[in-house]
Formats: sequence, C-alpha cells, structure tokens
Amino acid sequence: MNNHEVDDKKPAWITRVIRSIQRDPLPPEDDRGRMRVVMNSLILHVHPPKVSKSALQLNYTFGLGGLLLLLFTILSITGVLLIFAYTPTPDTAYESIVALQTEVNFGNLIRNLHHWSGNLMVIVGVLHLLRVFYTHSFATPREFNWVMGLILLLLITAANFTGYLLPWDQLAYWAVTVGTSLLEYIPILGESLMLLLLGGPEVGATTLTNFYGLHIAIIPLAIFGIVSFHIWRVRKDKITVPRKEGSEADKKTVTTIPHLISIELAYALVWIAVLFSWSAFINAPLEGAANPAQSPNPAKAAWYFMGFQELLLHFHPVFGAIIIPGLGLAFMFIMPYLDKDMETAGVWFRSRLGKWTTVISFFLGTIGASVFVLLDEYWLDLPGWLPFFPNFISNGWIPMAALLLLLIGYHDLLKAFGAKTCESRQGVFTLLIAAFITMTIIGIFFRGEGMVLIIPWT
Amino acid sequence: MTKKKYSRRDFLNSLLIFVGTTALAELSLVGLRFLTPRGVEGEFGGQFNLGSFDQYPLGSVTPVEAGLFYLVRLMDGGFLAVYRRCTHLGCAVPFEPAEQRFVCPCHGSGFTIEGDVLNEPAPRPLDLFPLSINETGEIIVETNQSIERDRIDPAHIVYA
Repeated sequence: MNNHEVDDKKPAWITRVIRSIQRDPLPPEDDRGRMRVVMNSLILHVHPPKVSKSALQLNYTFGLGGLLLLLFTILSITGVLLIFAYTPTPDTAYESIVALQTEVNFGNLIRNLHHWSGNLMVIVGVLHLLRVFYTHSFATPREFNWVMGLILLLLITAANFTGYLLPWDQLAYWAVTVGTSLLEYIPILGESLMLLLLGGPEVGATTLTNFYGLHIAIIPLAIFGIVSFHIWRVRKDKITVPRKEGSEADKKTVTTIPHLISIELAYALVWIAVLFSWSAFINAPLEGAANPAQSPNPAKAAWYFMGFQELLLHFHPVFGAIIIPGLGLAFMFIMPYLDKDMETAGVWFRSRLGKWTTVISFFLGTIGASVFVLLDEYWLDLPGWLPFFPNFISNGWIPMAALLLLLIGYHDLLKAFGAKTCESRQGVFTLLIAAFITMTIIGIFFRGEGMVLIIPWT
Repeated sequence: MTKKKYSRRDFLNSLLIFVGTTALAELSLVGLRFLTPRGVEGEFGGQFNLGSFDQYPLGSVTPVEAGLFYLVRLMDGGFLAVYRRCTHLGCAVPFEPAEQRFVCPCHGSGFTIEGDVLNEPAPRPLDLFPLSINETGEIIVETNQSIERDRIDPAHIVYA
C-alpha cells in the first residue's frame, strides 16, 4: 500500500487528480518498491526490463534505430504543423510554401526541419540496415524482423517521394514525373499502376491530392503500425550482443531504467540540437513554380532514386528499372533465410576474413561501377555492335547475364580463398551495395546537361 | 473421442477463413474502385478545334499548349497531333526549329518531326492523338486517349 501520506494541505480534488495520473500507489522508499514501479512503467512496453551491458556501447548499434524513431517523431510533429500552412492544389501549393517561408513565424525552420529530417531518415535507414547486416543481427529468430525493416525502408522512401511533390516547384514536378514514369516499364501492371497513382496520364491536380493523402495519412499510419511490430520483436528477441570471433557473448546485464534510458535521452538531445542548428542555417531547396510545359535540363529524380536513373542509362528500361532492382531487393528479403553455416550474431563482419573480404568487395564494387559507367559512356555500345538483336536482348539480357556470371564468379572466388558461404554472400552483397552507392553518387554529382558525364568542380 | 477426417470445427474454421477472405476482397475492391482515376474537367483531355487546315504551312510544327501536343504538318501536306510527353520518362519534349527535330532535355532522346526515334534512350516513337479534318476543313484533335505506336505507320497521317 501507499506509505507516503498525502499532503493534507492540498484540496481533496488535487489529491484525486494526482492519484488518477499515477496508476499505481506512489513508490515506497525501498529498492523492491522502486523496482516494482520500474516494472510497471510504460517504457518497459518498448524496452525489456534489463539489457546487455556491452550492447549499450555506442560503437555497436550507433543508436541508429533509436535515431530513426526520433526522426519519425520530429517528422510527425513538424508534419502536423505544416498541414496548417499548406494547401494541396496546383494553384495554391507553391504560393503556400512561399508564404510559409516568408510570412509564417518560424515557417522556414519547421519546413527545413521536416525536409532535412526526412532526407536524413533515408540515409540513417540504410545505415541501420548495414549495421544489422554486418553484425549478423538478423540471426534466428530475427529473420522476419529484417523483412519488416526492409518494408519500413521502402515506406520511408515512399514517404519521401510523396512529400517531394508537395511544394509543386520545378524540382518536385519533374522528379515525380521521371520517378513515376519508371513504373510504366513494369510489364502488364505498370500502366494501370501509374494511372492509379497519378490519377491521370500526367502529374496534375489529382496526383497532388493522391500524394498528399498518401504522405500525411496512409504511409505514416503504415509506418506506425509496422514500427510497433518491429520494436516489439526487438524487445522480445533482444538485440544481439557484440563479441569477438570465437568468444562467448558477455552475459552481464543492467536495468533499462536508468542505464539505457539516460543514454537514449542524451543521444536524442544531441541529435535534436544538430538538426535544429542545421535547419536554422540551411534552407530546403525551392525552385520556380512547376511548369508542365518546360522540363529542366537535366531532369533528375529525387536523389535516393539517382542510382536507379543511372542504371536506366545503361540498361534497357525493363532491366534497369524493374528486373535488376527487383532481383536485388528479392536477394535482400531472403538474405537471413539463406544463412545456414555460421553462428556469428554480434561479431562484426562475421570473422577476420569476413572483415577483409568486405573491405576488398567495397573497393571492387566502387571501382567496378565507376569503370563500367565510363566504359559504357565512351566505348561499350552493345546495341550498336549487335544490331540484329532487339534492344531488350542486346542491352538487357546480355549485360544482365554477364553481370550475374560475374557475381557468381566472385562468390566462388571468395570461397576458393577459404571464405564460408555466408562470408562469400556478404562479399557479393557488399559489392552490390558499393556499386549502387557509387552509381547514386555519379547520378547526383557527375551528370550534367543532357545527363552527360561531367566533372562537378570544373 | 473418434477422429474424424473433417470435423465440425474444421468446417467452421474453413468457413470463417472463406467468409473473411471474401469480406477482405470485397472491401479491397470497394477501396480500389473508389480510388480509380476520375478525370478532372479541363485538366487533361477534351476536343480541340484548331481551325482551317490551310493556315498551317507545309513542314510546320505548331505547339498547342492547352492540349499538350504539337500539330505537325508534314512536307507532303499530311497532319499529325504529336503528344509532347517523352516516351522514355515522361519529360516535356520541346521542338528545335533549327534542327527540325524534337530533343528531350532530360535524357537526350531525339525524335523526327513525325515523332520517330532518332536517339535512344526513348523506347518508341512519340505518342499521337487522334486527329480528323471535318467537312468544312477544320482540324479536330481528341486528346482523351493517346495512341501508342511501335513504329511509324503512314496510316496515322491524316490528309485533307
């Protein structure tokens, strides 16, 4: 029972309100009593009561999952504020953004926070994925949570993409035109999917309504639902514990409150400070109002799609936009289920050898992609050399078969050097990720007018 | 307890799954049908009367801003209504009078005055809109539905 006497000087109704807020009786002044309060706390619906001491190290998780949650919270709050300043019709959208930046108190700050947090979320999402991958943190029983995480990453991208259109400036209009036109290349379903999304054959008023609805309701709700599941599984399955190759994980645990909670709070405050400072000085881009009659040169998709746009410059559209990304994504989804021959949860890169093959694969992927882009730009011309084949063979099946053979060859080469299957697969994954990141960077910075290769600093 | 092959409980479970799936399918259909694109008046589509055909010189390209297309008169006097959307990734294709061709600013696709592909990456010629010339010699273009074509077909060209 309650061993604190309620102050008699307070009126009875105040006492009643205070008691109604604190669900359980006030904690008694002893350890057991305090622990009881801790056990019943709301925080423990999200975290387990005790966590591994060594998993608290910042250089293991880097707090990336928590940072994503913080960004989602910031985006929800700033997003709700922005709803009050924004009107989603082609005639008024751009003006409302200009008014937001020039007339609304702190309008610019709120827009910048929303913009930069959204973009940062894509990057942090990818880093979180890489951290989980390279520490083998999708080990049984966490396979399905990896799948959920991938879906969340796709939803984050979708949220970014739908939000991209809303300012209705040239950047938004053409990035979304190019981005949604990629859908047209999906066999059979593509065209109706694009019509459904755009609400017509071109980006217009209906598109804006659709994207607005998706951006402020459907996608955030979906993220909220799946994140709840994602965090529940992390709480139940526990996070993996960092350890050296061949050694056992440290079993020492500490209570979540206050050990984990205080770290999380401090980490969140640092990031809030960083985001506010950044947003106070660096404005989210806004170009001229959308003009459907004039495409800018070059017209680029949103930056996180530039890897795909770059692929599209080198492959037949069905391959560049659908088959290659589709295969890559499918590979990512089934990755944890392929894992058989190693139990290395918590070991960075699985082993010493794994660390070296990862580094080498990363460099090979980066250099390989750059060389490929240069070769294809200035020398390689399969459709020209093989004019008797239709484009989807000469610029589709043939280069893709070559690519697959190369990857299989690389996989077997790593095995020949003594890597286990999982380590070889890790190498192939690294090679692909490095190549994709390289192509994204080339697309963003090294493509100028007419999508010709340029050197950005000249 | 005797073991039945298909018990009453199994039956009810199957029934439950069946009814649940049906309900889900129905609701999804309602949702999808609700979201199907509905045309917004004046935003896209509609009929354009471009006046008498003889005011357009041979070999001319006239942009029709509101209709999102170019009225092309070929050197032999035939007419085409060419949709200005690039078949590659949907950019608006401007006409370059000096070079007598369409050049897409986004990814460098080039098209002839008839819309045929000169430069990749565009996968097919520019789309067309149905065009007709009525008995008084006026050009009528219907922009509700575009015509996709895999190659240039003389049957699409309309003569007065």
